[in-house]
Amino acid sequence: MTAPHTHPLRLCVRRTPVPGEIRALERVVMRVPSEVDCIEEAVAVLTRHCLSGAAASPKVRFRLQVALSDALANAIVRGNREDAGKQVYVQVDLLPDAVNIHVTDEGDGFDHASVAEALDPQSPDLPSGRGLFLIRHMVDDVHFNTQGNSICMTLRRQ
Amino acid sequence: MGLSDAKSSNGVMIVRVEGQLVVGNRNELKEHLQGLLEKGERRFLIDFAQTGYIDSSGLGALVALARKVREEGGDLRLSGLNEDLRSLFELTKLDTLFAISETPDQALATF
Repeated sequence: MTAPHTHPLRLCVRRTPVPGEIRALERVVMRVPSEVDCIEEAVAVLTRHCLSGAAASPKVRFRLQVALSDALANAIVRGNREDAGKQVYVQVDLLPDAVNIHVTDEGDGFDHASVAEALDPQSPDLPSGRGLFLIRHMVDDVHFNTQGNSICMTLRRQ
Repeated sequence: MGLSDAKSSNGVMIVRVEGQLVVGNRNELKEHLQGLLEKGERRFLIDFAQTGYIDSSGLGALVALARKVREEGGDLRLSGLNEDLRSLFELTKLDTLFAISETPDQALATF
């Protein structure tokens, strides 16, 4: 049985053209509470908006879902430490051939360079530590801001 | 996520995962199998034919469950992974940790 949300689930999605931006056709913004129970619904809503109006293969949909789920989990659990007073901010720029997704938490950030790019092939049985590894393999490009509390993922539509 | 159980004719507990196996619900699966272990079940097949996606926390939960079942002298195997789900197991080398079959029937024949 899933525990009830400690406060109402509030997913605010705004879809607006971005004036002055040549590349971005539309921008979707969402605020996600720092509750892991919100992630699945947030991923469903974001995926629907990211892939609406354009042909996307099932593989792209799958990769987007896994990357979003892990990025939100990192932001909520490791970044905001599930602090109910903090939120996660998602901004998606919808480009003709790709989506750029920024996921930003209100934590202190982390040194992403310290996270190994590859899993230890001798230790596939560790119960954790696969999140960033999976993200790097699901999307086409990954960047972090200097503080380390914001990840930008680029996924091509085809 | 929805979980449903069925017992095979050769005594294997089949647990079907419907929907997503992710950070928000992975404990449901862990608690479900823990309950079955406490009832004396030792041989498990988790079938993912109705599963959408699995995140890293879901994969971690499966690793922890496999360890728990092994510690109890049991066996946990997997089936029904589509091409995308199987790619997650291959990327993370978990295909070397689990016995994975295409269908439940094929998996049951290996117990």
